[in-house]
Amino acid sequence: MHLQVDSVSKRFGHGSSSKLVLDRISFDLHSGEFVALVGSSGSGKSTLMRLIAGLDQPSAGSIRIDGQPVRRPGPDRGMVFQKYSLYPWLTAAQNVAFGMALQGRPRAEIRERTAFFLEVVGLADAARRLPRELSGGMQQRVAIARALAADPRVLLLDEPFGALDIQIRETMQEFLHRLWSQTGLAALLITHDLEEALLLADRVHILAPSPGRIVRTVTVDHDRGAMGQLRVSPAFLALREELACCLRSLEPATGR
Amino acid sequence: MPRSDAARQASRCLNHPWTLGVAGVVLVLLLWALVSNSGVVDRLFLPTPQAVLKAGQDQWTSGMLVRDALASIQRVFLGFALSAGLALPIGIAMGSNAVICRLLEPLMGLVRYMPAPAFIPLLIIYFGLEELPKVLLIFIGTFFFNALMIMDAVKFVPHELVETARTLGGRQLAILVRVVAPYIAPQVLDTYRINMASAWNLVIVAELVAATEGLGKRISLAQRFLRTDEIFLGLIVIGMIGLLIDLGFRALMRRSCAWAN
Repeated sequence: MHLQVDSVSKRFGHGSSSKLVLDRISFDLHSGEFVALVGSSGSGKSTLMRLIAGLDQPSAGSIRIDGQPVRRPGPDRGMVFQKYSLYPWLTAAQNVAFGMALQGRPRAEIRERTAFFLEVVGLADAARRLPRELSGGMQQRVAIARALAADPRVLLLDEPFGALDIQIRETMQEFLHRLWSQTGLAALLITHDLEEALLLADRVHILAPSPGRIVRTVTVDHDRGAMGQLRVSPAFLALREELACCLRSLEPATGR
Repeated sequence: MPRSDAARQASRCLNHPWTLGVAGVVLVLLLWALVSNSGVVDRLFLPTPQAVLKAGQDQWTSGMLVRDALASIQRVFLGFALSAGLALPIGIAMGSNAVICRLLEPLMGLVRYMPAPAFIPLLIIYFGLEELPKVLLIFIGTFFFNALMIMDAVKFVPHELVETARTLGGRQLAILVRVVAPYIAPQVLDTYRINMASAWNLVIVAELVAATEGLGKRISLAQRFLRTDEIFLGLIVIGMIGLLIDLGFRALMRRSCAWAN
């Protein structure tokens, strides 16, 4: 799998009132890679994700998967939204099965894969519960299982843990890292949390706001064996601080 | 010890959701019985509960009550089924398609404000005095409300739910059936429950104007013969049937849309 984002720009509105939201974004993502895009609000990162998902069209540039241009949403790009994306009338298992049912897979296969992916995200016991009976972290794990069960070639994560408490977020980050290293899937993460990006991704692109553009790219290759220790290791903290400075310098003056 | 037990039992009884509601009804019934039996008000204007009960027994044994109720219920159900059945696809189409919405919303907004009973003369000229004009009156009086309320329900389906389905490979029809329909189901049932009350209003209006049988017809006949006991009976029966339908919708909603409660 090769996702190519090639000088993608996005402009909202027409004429003099139009606004450039993304300015010539380019990057690549291959199978087995984990890439993160970090930016503050206004950096157009969610817009970029929507373009890659095919929910919106770029004004200029191209997005290709294995050479094929992206025209509409498709199950090859599994998307996990920040929140509220589980179907409240379906149980956890039915939510996981939802994408496969849309694809018209045989019932036996759906049942088997649903059980498997619920097991993968550690929610086999919660299979028959409704979303409102699950905690925020569990809901996001169901959403991830649902995306994975549809057999995507790349997993698109749009601030997947943004609505969670900090402790749960840390557990979920470790969970996501384990999941990614086990499945060898390509993953694209969008976040405003620098630590999250550095912990999870091999490559981190820093986005500057208005218009959103990539100003810096860092390759991260620390040992993620013990994530808890990594969070506080001097080298990690130094890199994080350096990039945090970079992000702060990109913010427009507050005018105080 | 036994005293606090009794107190606790009394408080539990008082906290039961129905206790106060039943108490309110009983209170009014008692007041009615007291005032009407005391002779302060002329019996011709305010019949006693016994007289109303007697009128009910008479109409029941002669079969008139059941015949009237069935006639009214049939009109309501025909008219409302027509209205609900057509409002569902049209409301969904308006809620999910901007062009259809812009085309129909102003029109419906206008017609909605025309009082349905004002259509009665036209309906009688067009369709005479049979069942059809009555059924159509109920249709006219509820269709626009049903359609507009269903449209609103569709418009408030969260984008995330629709877009998630799209990223999972869902196309328009699949999304309509698997996302929009289940999401709006509780609101649609509630819409029907609320507008059913209008349907009952209208059937009585239609029967007051022209009918051979029906609960409204019975009331208008009773007026001619100054039978206030029969008017009271008609009102109470209409209210009770309406309440039963309301409770039926609520039960249906509790059973089919447990996730929304």
